[in-house]
Amino acid sequence: MNIHTIANYLNELADISHTGFTFDCLPIAGEVDVLQVTIIDREELPIFVSVTEDQILCIAYLWGEDEVKQSSRSEMLEAMVEMNIPMPLSSFSKIDNKYVIFGALSVGSSLSDVEHELAVLSDNSLEVINEMTDYLI
Amino acid sequence: MSIFRKIITALRGGATEAGEAIVDANATRIFAQEIRDAENHLTKAKRDLTDIMAKQMQAEREVTRVQRSVTEHEGYVTQALSQGNEALALEVAEKIAGLEVELNEQQQANESYNTSAQRLKELVKTTERQLADYQRQLSMVKTTESVQKATAAITTNFSNSNSKLLNAKESLERIKAKQQNFDDRMKAADALEAEGSDKSLKDKLAQAGIGEQQASANSVLERLKAKQG
Repeated sequence: MNIHTIANYLNELADISHTGFTFDCLPIAGEVDVLQVTIIDREELPIFVSVTEDQILCIAYLWGEDEVKQSSRSEMLEAMVEMNIPMPLSSFSKIDNKYVIFGALSVGSSLSDVEHELAVLSDNSLEVINEMTDYLI
Repeated sequence: MSIFRKIITALRGGATEAGEAIVDANATRIFAQEIRDAENHLTKAKRDLTDIMAKQMQAEREVTRVQRSVTEHEGYVTQALSQGNEALALEVAEKIAGLEVELNEQQQANESYNTSAQRLKELVKTTERQLADYQRQLSMVKTTESVQKATAAITTNFSNSNSKLLNAKESLERIKAKQQNFDDRMKAADALEAEGSDKSLKDKLAQAGIGEQQASANSVLERLKAKQG
């Protein structure tokens, strides 16, 4: 399993997708191969996929520290920690100064598992931003 | 310091600036080496354990054999004594004494193999646990590094392509607008389709002469004739 097998699978899905989404995949070169996955009509919230020895990591950027209302920051953090378990398949994290939502799958996962993960992650990220706007500038 | 704490310290300490590794490559190499060492220890310990257990089984068999021999010879002594053959009894008793020395040695060997096997089993268990823990920690380091490198690649890609990650609210608004647009188009299409089917029905009714009729030249003439008359 590498980002190219995922890209080929998602690009060829088109109408037979189980999730009803159309994916567009673009590999990003670097020290670690990253696949930028965009869902049509949700281009603003791309998901970045990287494959390591034992897991497939899918990450979507939510908002930067500079977008957080500092007065209610700890409330926001608590809400995020509390939502970690109820939120299906995804969890919150922070990379540098950006809050992210991510899902990790075993490298042994099937391609339809990856597709499902990406669809849920995208839905989760939209819903999270929608519900958390009060904490954002 | 545990890897977990090292990672937290490094992340919090802002060691995330470009080019700076979370745990230096050398430490990762040492760590990977420790894992290989532990794996070697494990393989060796397991082989030693197999050897010791084989020896232990041998010793046990030997103990049983000697014990049986002692019992057998004790029977001979009794028989010799009952025949009044003291000399023969003594000879057999000497043999028994020799066997008992042997038995004692075998029992000691058996005991020592037992202890060794027990110790090796413990060692195997401890090593296996340690190995699993090392592997978990190495996976943490590698994942952290991989995420950092991935982030670097993403950031570079975005700054090169002049596009930028929008802020969350803007992104949401745009996506919602697209969704709204899509919904509106769906509604419009629905309405159009509904109108279409309505119109075709009216046409059919008209053809069948049911419902509102269009004024025809004939009907106008008929009406005017009626007025004159």
